[in-house]
Parts: sequence; C-alpha cells; structure tokens
Amino acid sequence: MTTETQTYELGNHPDLEPPSNTTGIMGWLRKNLFSSYVNSVLSLFVFYLLYLYIPPLIQWLFIDAVWTGGSREVCEVEGAGACWAFIDSRFTQFMYGFYPKDLLWRPNSAGLLLIALMIPLFIKSFNYKWMLGGFILVIYPIIAYFLIHGGSFGLEVVETNKWGGLMLTLVLSGVGIVASLPIGVVLALGRRSEMPIVKSVSVVYIEFWRGVPLITVLFMSSVMLPLFFAEGTDFDKLLRAMIGIIMFQSAYMAEVVRGGLQAIPKGQYEAAQALGLSYWKSMGLIILPQALKLVIPGIVNTFIALFKDTTLVLIIGLFDLLAIIQQANSDSAWLGFDTEGYVFAASVFWVFCFSMSRYSIALEAKLHTGHKR
Amino acid sequence: MKKLTSTLLLTSILAVAANTASADTLSSVKSKGFVQCGVSTGLPGFSNADASGNWKGLDVDVCRAVAAAALGDAGKVKYTPLTAKERFTALQSGEIDMLSRNTTWTLTRDGSLGLNFAGVNYYDGQGFMVTKGLGVKSALELDGAAVCIQAGTTTELNLADYFRENGMKYKSVTYDTSDATIKGFEAGRCDMLSSDQSQLYALRIKLKNPGAAIVLPEVISKEPLGPVVRQGDDKWFNIVKWSLMAMVNAEELGVTSKNASSMKSTKNPSIGRLMGGQGEKLGLGDGWAYNIVSQVGNYGESFERNVGMSSPLKISRGLNALWSKGGLQYAPPIR
Repeated sequence: MTTETQTYELGNHPDLEPPSNTTGIMGWLRKNLFSSYVNSVLSLFVFYLLYLYIPPLIQWLFIDAVWTGGSREVCEVEGAGACWAFIDSRFTQFMYGFYPKDLLWRPNSAGLLLIALMIPLFIKSFNYKWMLGGFILVIYPIIAYFLIHGGSFGLEVVETNKWGGLMLTLVLSGVGIVASLPIGVVLALGRRSEMPIVKSVSVVYIEFWRGVPLITVLFMSSVMLPLFFAEGTDFDKLLRAMIGIIMFQSAYMAEVVRGGLQAIPKGQYEAAQALGLSYWKSMGLIILPQALKLVIPGIVNTFIALFKDTTLVLIIGLFDLLAIIQQANSDSAWLGFDTEGYVFAASVFWVFCFSMSRYSIALEAKLHTGHKR
Repeated sequence: MKKLTSTLLLTSILAVAANTASADTLSSVKSKGFVQCGVSTGLPGFSNADASGNWKGLDVDVCRAVAAAALGDAGKVKYTPLTAKERFTALQSGEIDMLSRNTTWTLTRDGSLGLNFAGVNYYDGQGFMVTKGLGVKSALELDGAAVCIQAGTTTELNLADYFRENGMKYKSVTYDTSDATIKGFEAGRCDMLSSDQSQLYALRIKLKNPGAAIVLPEVISKEPLGPVVRQGDDKWFNIVKWSLMAMVNAEELGVTSKNASSMKSTKNPSIGRLMGGQGEKLGLGDGWAYNIVSQVGNYGESFERNVGMSSPLKISRGLNALWSKGGLQYAPPIR
C-alpha cells in the first residue's frame, strides 16, 4: 500500500477521527468501567459476581424450568428448575381470587372498559379530556362496582369475599388512589386555612392518621370494629379495609400536597387576590395547578407505596395477590414451591410500580413549563 | 382524648357482652340458607382452597358436616378465612357461626373468651423429625443434638421442658418462620426439627427428598384441635358437637359415604339409630347423620382424604385412630 499525501488549504482541514481508544466498545469500556485502578478492580469483581449468579439463575428460571403440568409430580423430576406449572395451574386464581369462573367476563369487561376510556386521554388532539377524566373518576367506579359486584341489572351478586388476587390488589389501590387525592387536597388546604376550626380539624386528622401504622388501622377495622356493631350486622370486611386505607392514605397525601402549596411563592397568592378571584377560584386556577405539578414525584411515590401497602390486607384474611399466592402454597398438592410464587408476585408488583413511575416521569415532562428549579 | 378512649373501650366491652348473649344460631342459619364457617387462610390438609377455589381439608369437612346436618346439603357453607388473631373476635361478634381453624382447646380459651369447644377433630402434639441417615428410633437417643426450631413459640418451651425432664442436653438453632426452619434442617444445620406433628408432615414435603426424613413417634405436648362455637347457644353447640360425633360413630360402625344408602336398611340397631331418627332431639331433621356420612364421609374417610395416606401429607392415624384401634377418637353413643 502506498500512502497518499493530500494537501489542504489553510483552515479547510477536515476534523480528524477521534483517537481509536476513545470510541467504539473499547472507548466506552475504558471510560465507564476501567477509568482507574479502583474502578477496574470493582468492575472485574462485579463481572465475577454476575458470572457466578446469572447463569445458574437463568438455568433455574428458564432452561430447566417446568412450564406445564397438573400436579407437583411434574416438578419433582431430578434436576428440574423453577416450577412454573404451579403458577400456570393457579393463574386464574392469582388474577381473580375465588371469583366464579363463568362470571370472569365481568371483571374483564370492567378492566377493558377502563383501558378503552383511558386511551383518549393520551391523544393530544382530543379536546374533552376534562369531561372524560371526570367520567372515569365519578361514573366509571359505579359502573365497575355493578359489573364486578353485581346485584342489579340482572347480574348475579358476587360477594367481596370471593374477590381476590391481582383484581383485589388493583381494586384496593385504585380506590385508595382515586379517593385519597381529593381528600388529601382538601385536607392540605384546610391545614393552611386561616379559619381556626377548619385548621385544627385538619391538623388533628392528619397527625392522628400519620401517627398510626397502617397495620394497626387494618387490625382495628377487622378485629375491633365488629365488636361495636350489633350482632349479625355484616359490615363488609373489604369495605372496612378500604375505608381504613383511604383514611390513612389521604393524611399522607395531604402532607405531600401541603409541601407543594408551601413552595408556591407568596406573590402568586397575592396576584390571585389582586385579580379579585375568590378563594376557590384562586386555589383552583392559580395555586393548585402549580402546586400539584411540583409534587407529582411525591404523589406518585405515595401511590406506589400504597400499591405495595395493600399487601398488608393479608393479615386480616383478605386474599390479595400476595396472600392468594401464599394460600396456594399451602395446598398439599403444591407444597414446597414458595420461591416460584414469590418470584411471580415480585415481578407482577415490579411491572405495575415501574409503569407508574415511568408514567409520572412522562407526566412531568408534559406539564413542564420551563419553571424547573 | 383519654375520656373518649375509655368511653369507646367501655362501649366495646358492653357490645361484647351483648353480643355473646347470643340469638338462635340454628334458625338464623336456616333462614339465610348457609353456615358461615371460619377457617384458616391456608394450612395444608386442614383448610385451603384448591385450584378451582373449593375449600378442602379436615377442618373444612367439619363445616361441611354441620351444613349437611343442619341444612341437608354439605355444600351450603360460606368460608371466612381468618388469621390467628382475628378468629375469636369473628366468632364473638357473630361474623361467623362456627370456627373450625386448627384451634387448640385450652382452659383459658374455653373459660375466658365466651366460647365453647365442641370436640376434638385432630389430636395434635409436638414431635420431632430427623434424617433417616441418623438411624434414630426415639427422641431419647438424641442427647446433645442440635434442634431446628421456630423462635418465640410454645414449641421452644415444650422442647426445653422435655429435654430437662429426661436429663438430656440440646443446642437450639432458632429461625423466624417455619419455612426458614425447614431450610435450615435441609442444609444440615441441625440433627432434628421440632414442631407440631401436623406441621412436620407438611414441612417434610418441602424437602428436596421427603423420603430421607422420618417423624419420630414421640409426642411431647398436647394440642387438641377442634371446632369452636359461641357460648350461650346450647342448641347450636350440640349440633356442632354431634356432627363431629356422628362422623366418628360412623367410622366405628363401618358406615362410609359409599355404603351409607345400603346401610339404611340394616338390622344393626346402632347403625339404624345413626341413619335415622334421633334428629328431633337436636332440633334437626331425621336424616341428619345420614346426610353427613353420605355427603362428607365418616371421620376415617375424611382423615385419609385430607391428611392421611391417600393425601400428599401421609400422616399416620396415631392418636387419631379410633379408641378401639389404640387411638383417642371416641364418640359417645347415638341413642
């Protein structure tokens, strides 16, 4: 090969390629994994750990796993990995609890309806978002209640003690989320109010419910409350738990919202007043839109915590996703597959929590108006 | 606040008192058309829901027997899964009609909770599990052994008593949950594992090789488990008690779910009394015991099906054999 020489006019020399050891895979590795002695040692150590744990994990999770089968015998083969047959055979139960099999179309259609209603909310050019949002928050729960619980329109009643699994988790957290946000906003405004009674009621409420653990609230609702009622008063256990969760969660929500309210500069309040807006108008049009936008991460944090906290209902004998998996583990036909059950529960919870946090990031970006501090 | 709390407490105590002076459970069961039965949230062989959501187990069969006796249909039961802490309140408050949830009969519970134990459907007791390789036949050969045990349970105290009584030494290896205990045993952290016998068999299945472990014959504590009802309704108490007794009597007389209808015309007077008549003394229909045996089966059938040799648990009858076969299951005669 001959080396060609080329001459350039002064100032027209094209940019040289960057040095080869700073580009491509090698460059990336040098920059990110082996930039110093300490980092190199740490990287190698982590690689070693991954090498130790990842291949057996994949072997167990997928390669050696048993995917289908009707009883524990299929998983008792020598060298068998994870027993997904256990999840497979109980999948409907994990999703719906003891909901009657031939009526599963009812929760299914409630879920599909919700998804169908939500889609327009993500379409930019759709102009009736407020109305649709109101419909989802106010009318939809009633429709969903009649669909899942039944009792009129010729639908057979399915009592709440038959509800369970992921459906129950979603119902509990959905109701908790939808109800606790407005109550929380009202409580936060109440706490910052100048009217002494409103203020003290809000403060007492918030401090009381923040001061007790959720597990105590649930115990109170399931163990103590029935003693106060006349015998035979059947006050639904799920409803009791739900009320407890809403009460508890709205106190937390109130504090998150209050954080947002306090971050709004005083000038905004004064400007609203100067425009002659009433209290509710100034709150609704000026203060809250800004305050709520500020605290989206906090609100979503609370929602995610609530979603995971719903598993606590297992201590009062409600079969949410985690409880129904534990229950299935105690079936003598499937004893000894706890690990698979917990792995399944963890991945379902992860999917839901992760989507919630991604959605909140997207929402923040969308509402971002250049005032980011 | 203090005043409010004490008022609330007082109200609750009054409410409990008012609640326990109870109404007629049988007629309320008849009018609503089902028995509301408190069960566990999942205990292998005793009460747990299968893949299609049907409740099964030894404790569940007692609920079904009561429904068969009172309503003529063993299927007319609604189950309320209860945790250990909730179970007595649920019964006291009237949320459930009976409790069949592996509950140990003790003096304190019988005497101070406003409850009555209607009998014993499983004689449990603390036992030991060892690996077969150890070649031990009795717990008395285990001087100096390391014992895997769940912390904070009465099991721990019973074990200490037993070893002190026999002048032996042991080293306890404690765990928080029963799952951790069996993992420790499997990993060879101890020579034996101690827990209630019914639990030991369920734990044994969780081993990679269940055949490598054996449950020793010694039982070192008394844990009689049975159905519970509210105090103050003797009629309902009798029905629950005799539903259980009918199952035991049926086994003793050789009446099973399969031969029950042919046994109806037998000449044996004891079987005749079991299969018909005697019902009005309990406020029930004539075929109450026939309904139990034909729909639920006798005690032996229920035992074998749920926890015995034809179940994965493979618990031997032991103390739960009939009195005539060396066990403790003894029912007063139906006459």
